Amino acid sequence: MPWFKKTRKPMAAPAGEKASRVPEGLWVKCPDCAQIIYNKDLTTNLNVCPKCAHHFRINATERLRMLLDGEWVEHDKDLVSTDPLKFTDTKPYKARLKASIESTGLKDAIIVASGAIDGQPAIVASMEYGFIGGSMGVVVGEKITRAIERAIDLRQPVIIVSCSGGARMMEGALSLMQMAKICGALARLDRARLPYISILTDPTTGGVTASFAMLGDLNIAEPKALIGFAGPRVIEQTIRQTLPEGFQRSEFLMEKGMVDLVVDRREMKAIVANALRFMGTARPAAAAAMAGVEPAVPIVVTEPASQA
Amino acid sequence: MPAETLEFEEPIAVLLKEIDALTLLPRTDARDREIESLRRRIESVREELYRSLTPWQRVLVSRHPNRPGLHDYLDRLFRGFAEVHGDRRFADDHAIMAGFAEYRGQPVVVVGHVKGSDTKEKIFRNFGYARPEGYRKALRVMRIAEKFRRPIVVFVDTPAAYPGIESEERGVAEAIAVNLREMMLIDAPIVVIVSGEGGSGGALGIAVGDRVLMQEFAIYSVIPPEGCAAILWRDASKKVEAADALKLTAPDLLQAGAIDEIVREPIGGAHTNADAAARLLDEALARALTEISAVDSEVRLEKRYAKFRAMGRVGIDFVDESTA
Repeated sequence: MPWFKKTRKPMAAPAGEKASRVPEGLWVKCPDCAQIIYNKDLTTNLNVCPKCAHHFRINATERLRMLLDGEWVEHDKDLVSTDPLKFTDTKPYKARLKASIESTGLKDAIIVASGAIDGQPAIVASMEYGFIGGSMGVVVGEKITRAIERAIDLRQPVIIVSCSGGARMMEGALSLMQMAKICGALARLDRARLPYISILTDPTTGGVTASFAMLGDLNIAEPKALIGFAGPRVIEQTIRQTLPEGFQRSEFLMEKGMVDLVVDRREMKAIVANALRFMGTARPAAAAAMAGVEPAVPIVVTEPASQA
Repeated sequence: MPAETLEFEEPIAVLLKEIDALTLLPRTDARDREIESLRRRIESVREELYRSLTPWQRVLVSRHPNRPGLHDYLDRLFRGFAEVHGDRRFADDHAIMAGFAEYRGQPVVVVGHVKGSDTKEKIFRNFGYARPEGYRKALRVMRIAEKFRRPIVVFVDTPAAYPGIESEERGVAEAIAVNLREMMLIDAPIVVIVSGEGGSGGALGIAVGDRVLMQEFAIYSVIPPEGCAAILWRDASKKVEAADALKLTAPDLLQAGAIDEIVREPIGGAHTNADAAARLLDEALARALTEISAVDSEVRLEKRYAKFRAMGRVGIDFVDESTA
């Protein structure tokens, strides 16, 4: 018989009742290391946690700002899906489109822009996860294809930043066909000997991975990004086991030989710029004439910033 | 219900049962006449049913266990199939077969998914779920076709690429992506036949070609209806609604410009009469091969690109609001 009765004190309720005097959105908690970060510090650090180097997801515009020097010119920004299938699930696709257009200020899940990376002209396509999960429908397919064709015309390199759950179900088989369409354009870019750098960010899955995201001359991933074909839940259902820690993360893919580099966001622009200098965009004939000449700038691959 | 009838074919199942019962009776002319009339009834009921199949019913037909597959067409339309195994990288995938054969006296390369017919073979074929090796083998054999200027005939019938750990580890996404890029430039005539389930990237990974034919009751979809229902409706039982919404039937695909031609099937679907299905396919395949083989290779590659380039049409599937 115990002398003292053990009573469990209820856990203190979160201070929900007392209104916080700190304005909303001034501080952010890192989901990885729980560090409380001043939002402005986070922004100046390209949305990478200063303590643990956790990469926060950023939107398509921030991505362009991070990669390009100053101003850029946007292309095909007014392409809009017509909802060709008149798709309705629990909500009409039209309504989902409208909500995403309002919340992101974009008309579909990608921005294509011409600009310069460390002085080198380039065409950059940047996917927007906030727009129906960054999914690829006809508009995304068309904008990327036009970007590649424009690059072939202008003899410029292409950089595509993937951030997508895959093909857009609400546009059915046409979404699927965008994979073939874009890869066909990439085949032509490849034959024209122009650089294509694929940057894979969290998450890059499904039909995006199984098409352009894996076809870069360089496939560069951000640290710990989820990259895969089938989603982790689908795989778990198939094999009826829980997946090992780190499965389908950037580092795993590099280990398996599927991505070439895992690069910290803060180093990304320098790495891309270096690679572009190495590759060049000279016409095949001009490049042949240059054969034997030392490249002016050797590619330097620096270690990703330590993740202490 | 007999195993070979689908859930919506119940009226047929009932009639089949009646025939079964009659065959147990002693043989008389009256009994035979009765059986004969029941058979005719089955035909007419089947014709009625198949004239207006719902999308979900077409999904079931495309997955029918007796639906003719690559083996059935190899036996009926091709001669001397010599299989080529392995991707020379890792292994031989059994869900995709590839090899040389003779079609109407002409050497061709045949590539296609195989689901397997009995349980043992289904397991061996991994139910048609191909691993990365399958896609790499397919490309390797297509390269041989290109080198020796032989046409390529592709049969597509897969639920999806295999979603497993080893598949991801060995880069199934990369394998499919490379095929999409390389098939666009393979300098050989390519005819693709979607003969059963066109399961998203796993299907498309061998389905880039000059002509894409699709059998009448085959399906071609960005995601299986069950998966779509689970994600968008958060309820896998909404597969019927999802099948409707996804527009995955052959007429839908033709209308969207994603395929070139629908190949008729015998009344009641290819599974009721593989010989008839093969004859109908033979006719369409021969025509397609003749047409694309007659074209100069540069023009053919240009047209192949233009075909896929045109998927997603301005003014129809999307609009440019800056010019509108």
